[in-house]
Amino acid sequence: MPKQKQKTTTQLRGPKRSVGYLVLPALGLSALAVFLPMLLTIIVSFTDWNGVANLKELNFIGLRNFTEIFADEVFIKAFVNNVLWTTIYLSIPVCIALFAAVLLLGRKNARIAYQILFLIPYVLAPAINAMVWLYIIFNPVSGVWGFLKKLGMNVINPLSNQSIALYTVAGIDIWHYWGYLTVVYLAALRQTPQDQIEAAQVMGCNALQIFWYVYFPNIKATFRLMLIMIMITSFKSFDYVWLLTQGGPAHATEMLGTYAYKLSYSMFQTGKASAVSLVMGAFGLAMSSLYTALSRKEDPS
Amino acid sequence: MKKKKILIGAVVHAVLILLAVIQVLPICLVIINSFKTHREIMVNPLKMPSSLNLENYAAAWKYGKFANGFKNSLLLCICTILIVLFCSTIAAYALSGKRMKHSGIVIIYFMMSMTVPTQMFLFPLYAAYAKLHLIGNIVALSFILGATNMPLAVFLMRTFFMKVPSELVEAAQMDGASVGQIIRKVMMPIVSPGMITVSILVGLSSWNEFMLSSTFLQGERNFTAVLSFLALKGMETTDMGLMMAGASILVIPIILIFISLQRYFVDGMVGGAVKG
Repeated sequence: MPKQKQKTTTQLRGPKRSVGYLVLPALGLSALAVFLPMLLTIIVSFTDWNGVANLKELNFIGLRNFTEIFADEVFIKAFVNNVLWTTIYLSIPVCIALFAAVLLLGRKNARIAYQILFLIPYVLAPAINAMVWLYIIFNPVSGVWGFLKKLGMNVINPLSNQSIALYTVAGIDIWHYWGYLTVVYLAALRQTPQDQIEAAQVMGCNALQIFWYVYFPNIKATFRLMLIMIMITSFKSFDYVWLLTQGGPAHATEMLGTYAYKLSYSMFQTGKASAVSLVMGAFGLAMSSLYTALSRKEDPS
Repeated sequence: MKKKKILIGAVVHAVLILLAVIQVLPICLVIINSFKTHREIMVNPLKMPSSLNLENYAAAWKYGKFANGFKNSLLLCICTILIVLFCSTIAAYALSGKRMKHSGIVIIYFMMSMTVPTQMFLFPLYAAYAKLHLIGNIVALSFILGATNMPLAVFLMRTFFMKVPSELVEAAQMDGASVGQIIRKVMMPIVSPGMITVSILVGLSSWNEFMLSSTFLQGERNFTAVLSFLALKGMETTDMGLMMAGASILVIPIILIFISLQRYFVDGMVGGAVKG
């Protein structure tokens, strides 16, 4: 068997059979729309470009953008918010999703119905979801909040309250996201070999022990991948924050993503905005390198 | 013992139902209130509508210019799907098995590009599009969405190509089939479920997309359905019934499509993260 395998490999590896040119359309499109502009963003972060002026006449200002943003209170606030957001995201949706996935594991008939219901916010547009919460729930005049107020309840609008606005936005974002995480965990859990589960049952393990010693080691790779994905998407988060609060009130929900966008399109400081984006990108790169390193260490093949 | 089992089952269902209610309740509120007048909503947003009044829908469709929005969204989705399907299928064929040199580098490039935040390529790209007078051009935007959706599509397609036995390709090569013929005649019938999954995922993400389309599609004429809905709130008098009808117009079709094709949705979502 190994002999045969070797033969086919060499056969296909022959220079005549190389079909590398087939990746060129995908690679070329990505290079033009993502990679090249990304390089330009790196260059621009050392200039005072305003986003409109000709890119051929860039005015280089050294590291001034970086020294300015690290001394900028709003940037620090945005960075701290991003870290806080990531911490919330690494704990709450992961716990809810793991819990829900384990519960669904035993429901053979109702599983699909629950999956659909859990996923509904995830398949709808962020713009619609955000407006639903803004208009029909938190609206102090015509929403549920307004109704509670009329009933005499002393409710505050959580999106305009500086101390809880960030948690509210994160809550709405998690509301749309955790269903997806559940479906991924469930799919991974279901791949656990049945004989391992039966063996554990015969040995008299309780449900918690079966989860910890049989299921969890089987989903470890997926679990870790999702943790990395959560960290990367947390640093990229933009849509819900922008649509719900635009980073307000008083930068209470400011994120690196919203701040960079504002710097470029409201304040025309694209050079500075690029420096902020670079910090976001560096974080994503660090996370993905960490992931590659970790998975190499555990699985040398 | 049996009683205990039934009790546990009931508790589990209660928890799952509670979670499902949290997910669906806000959407139900939208649909309930889409049939009520602004005044009725002000009085009590939790009350069921007295009649199935479709006036809000007619008004929202007209003021939101949804006919135009849906047309633009459809164009954006179709263009993006076609670009991604073509590029990712042939790229995934080359990247599966040992059909090319340096496939590892290409795969790492696509993996890395998934971690790049939009803001890291947005500003120069916007300037370039402005210079080429492509702001507001839906087809031009679909190339950007195509590029951002490409890595996941390539990885998904690749898992489908890997499942095809190499004997099939070898047999076709023996018969003197060209690469194009192998992909079209031998591979496509087998990997077509993957192509459907990719189309659905890419279609959904371009239909729902917000940051890039709100930046690049300026001018009401070029708005997607989602942007048309957001433009509704800019109107002088925000009629809540009309807003909710506008939201329902966007929500109901997506939910129906999602329920009828849920298998493909779930396969696509899971495909990138769980090795099957």
